[in-house]
Amino acid sequence: MTATQHVVTVKPVQIILARQLAGSMAMPILIVDPEGTLIFFNESAELILDQRFEETGEMRADEWSVLFAIADEERHPIAMQDRPTMLAISERKPVSRTVWMQCREREWLHVIITAIPLIGEQRDFLGVVMIFWEV
Amino acid sequence: MWGTRGSIASPGPETARYGGNTSCVSVLGDEGTLLVLDAGTGIRRLGASLPVSLRRVDILLTHLHMDHIQGLGFFAPLYREDLDVHLWGPGSATLRLQARLRRYLSPPLFPVNLSELPCRLTFHEVPAGESDIGEFRVRSALVCHPGPTVGYRITRPDGAALAYLPDHEPALAALRFPSLPRAWTSGADLAAEVDLLIHDGQYSTAEYACHCGWGHSSLEQAFAFGALAGAKHFVPFHHDPAHTDADIDRMMAEAIEAGRPEFPVTPGTEGTTIAL
Repeated sequence: MTATQHVVTVKPVQIILARQLAGSMAMPILIVDPEGTLIFFNESAELILDQRFEETGEMRADEWSVLFAIADEERHPIAMQDRPTMLAISERKPVSRTVWMQCREREWLHVIITAIPLIGEQRDFLGVVMIFWEV
Repeated sequence: MWGTRGSIASPGPETARYGGNTSCVSVLGDEGTLLVLDAGTGIRRLGASLPVSLRRVDILLTHLHMDHIQGLGFFAPLYREDLDVHLWGPGSATLRLQARLRRYLSPPLFPVNLSELPCRLTFHEVPAGESDIGEFRVRSALVCHPGPTVGYRITRPDGAALAYLPDHEPALAALRFPSLPRAWTSGADLAAEVDLLIHDGQYSTAEYACHCGWGHSSLEQAFAFGALAGAKHFVPFHHDPAHTDADIDRMMAEAIEAGRPEFPVTPGTEGTTIAL
């Protein structure tokens, strides 16, 4: 066995801990990596997304961001780059916003989306945790 | 292995066989490269055994909990002007490695200041991806343990590798362990397919239930981690200071019976040498 024969890309330990935390929470929580890939969502988020993580696995930003529509309080669509998660990724700042969201053809939900960037001890940007809170 | 105990040194007749010194392992390469893994109390005896011809030593600290650095000030080579000592270890979000170590190696906790040590000291922050130290390729990565803590994977030119994760709780908060693939398991990349895995095995299964979140593993979890990683030889390490030799014998037998690991298990024992 040589050093290059095994290729295992383990998530940063902070992301592993974030998943463990999300997995034990009732609030719907999504975790995305620095590229915007959705790398985990918990059981409560499965209800909102109408998808099971076990079935979808990881999804690229262009895949998961079309799973639901997001509109502002006046029901105007929010552009992709202005969504809380995308802002948290691009600006590396926490973003919290009250929005309407709709997954597939289901009823619109009035929710607060809070997206929090995860910055490691070495000041490295690890991704974003997104929490949904029904208003 | 110069120290295999965890938490606090625990010398005494009841711990004489596995040893009472805290974490310290030396790794000696065919070309003479010397790595020292952690600087627990076991490092004192190692320091006394090193030849005067030695010109460089690399000390790889996994983290700065006391049982992993307490022996540092008593490592004789630090007091040699002709020696290059390279210290590798994790800084924190607010302090670099040198500043963190200075908190211990300065009065009132220690009479000698870090900056006053006669040897030529060089500090290296980890995790730092991969680095070449002599003939070894060394990889470090953060692992699950309270505070900044890394594990190391040390690979020889021919590919033989060992992984050292003395303080590690990969099962933290998992409902079942291991239930997730390697990509979601702390430390699994460091330990993947290693020829020798030196890993935390501080608790019995019953003890772990009362110590979840303390940063350590039960033997059962440790064996499961070793199997997930594909380790070929397993050394349970970081024995609980309250465990006597008889306790460790019993725990090992029970854990091996329960887990039936497919790799050989050699309990970490002070004074043991393992050839790769």
